[in-house]
Amino acid sequence: MEYSAKVMDHFMNPRNVGEIEDASGVGTVGNAKCGDIMKVYLKIENGIIEDAKFKTFGCGAAVATSSMATELVKGKTIKEALEITNKAVMEALDGLPPVKVHCSCLAEEALHAALWDYAEKNNIVIEGLEKPVNDIEELHNLPEE
Amino acid sequence: MDKMIYFDNAATTPVRKEVLDEVIPYFSEHFGNASSVYSIARESKKAIDKAREQVAKALGAEPAEIFFTAGGSESDNWALKGIADSMSSKGKHIITSKIEHHAILHTCEYLESKGFEITYLPVDEYGKVRIEDLKAAIRPDTILISIMFANNEIGTIEPIAEIGKIARENNIYFHTDAVQAVGHVKIDVKEMNIDMLSLSGHKLGAPKGIGALYIRKGVKLKSFIHGGAQERGRRAGTENVPGIVGLGKAIEMATAEMDELSPKLIKMRDKLITELTSRISHTKLNGHPTDRLPGNVNLSFEFIEGESMLLFLDMNGICASSGSACTSGSLDPSHVLLAIGLPHEKAHGSLRITLGHMNTEEEVDYLIEKLPPIVQRLRDMSPLYEEYIKNNK
Repeated sequence: MEYSAKVMDHFMNPRNVGEIEDASGVGTVGNAKCGDIMKVYLKIENGIIEDAKFKTFGCGAAVATSSMATELVKGKTIKEALEITNKAVMEALDGLPPVKVHCSCLAEEALHAALWDYAEKNNIVIEGLEKPVNDIEELHNLPEE
Repeated sequence: MDKMIYFDNAATTPVRKEVLDEVIPYFSEHFGNASSVYSIARESKKAIDKAREQVAKALGAEPAEIFFTAGGSESDNWALKGIADSMSSKGKHIITSKIEHHAILHTCEYLESKGFEITYLPVDEYGKVRIEDLKAAIRPDTILISIMFANNEIGTIEPIAEIGKIARENNIYFHTDAVQAVGHVKIDVKEMNIDMLSLSGHKLGAPKGIGALYIRKGVKLKSFIHGGAQERGRRAGTENVPGIVGLGKAIEMATAEMDELSPKLIKMRDKLITELTSRISHTKLNGHPTDRLPGNVNLSFEFIEGESMLLFLDMNGICASSGSACTSGSLDPSHVLLAIGLPHEKAHGSLRITLGHMNTEEEVDYLIEKLPPIVQRLRDMSPLYEEYIKNNK
């Protein structure tokens, strides 16, 4: 198993590590049982994601996908943010080893969970956003691409 | 430090210079097939005989009780499947432990699919099998007890002599997977009442692809690899002469050096344990504090995940391993760490350092200096640590 140079870069120098005190939405997915937890903070103003931060407990791929997902989401509209799929995160990182694909699913889910939290707090409905999967077991059962 | 620091000697070891020198001539010069009659074949035969004596001596066995195999996994498979095969008329019950190597556990699962019943003994918080549990598990139809000599992950040494005594008293065969123990701790198969013992060359400075199974004289063990008459008809296949020569030399060296090397390794091991547990908060030693392999350190660092730690250590030129799921390709962390009662998140945050004869105090100090900031960096990134800090403000 070998990580791409980009994955290693985002693991060694992760972008956007931290918390946002007055976050518009916070999403946590995964569980300690299987070794990956991702927590994403979003700052949303006028429908634009102004800032994104994360904290992750997990392997190199989990950290790198968190870093990349938060990078991709910054400056995007909510609608554009929904288009950041696990595939997009993975492609931006020049791919992941097959056993690590589930980490990219986690990044997508964490973004969705933060957006869901934002929608609930503001009593709005975000079109196309489904209630996020919080149980990692379900994520792992997704077919691998 | 520019050079690589190798702290993963339980995974494998480099072939020792002295071993390599003895092995080389058996590739091209003394290449004869030991089964042939001409002189170069006799060279091979002699070399095999010598190695068999060297291995036997290291275990307190007779040369005729040593059978060369392709490694630890083959030896384990042979012992378990062989006894299951030859003893099934007496019974179909086997006792093992929850912390065995997969070469034992997956073989047991296979035997279960063939109608055998397996009792997987639990272990205490240090990873030791409890003698009372073993006694309670014995049944009239028990045909085999297989308990590892020392655990590959947490280094705990099992009460092998006591287990051997109980097995003998109950007239049950006793096998031990001693892959991690041979060459590192004293073993006497006769004193310890061991009927079968698996060992592997590459864990003690011999090449990969060579191992042995000690089979006490009189044990009914059927042949596993069928074919020619090698290994007195019990293990077919043209002998891996270079491997066999290497195993003989390596085991002889390891046994000769043990008294001198052990205290050195124990000193480095205990320094790592003391320093790392005191310098890094929320750190726990896994395995027994004293009844453990001289070179084994296994620690759990709360709130972080093992693979991340290994990647940072690798950046610093340090090779180590972890029981994290992410390093195994599965989703579950090490079955050994779960068996000693670690919750999943602590099992994911484990680090195994295994020392060998090449390691130095300087390297140990380097790790002690490098690891704390790595752990802190990962904790600063961890939502579990964030939660812990918030709850304990």
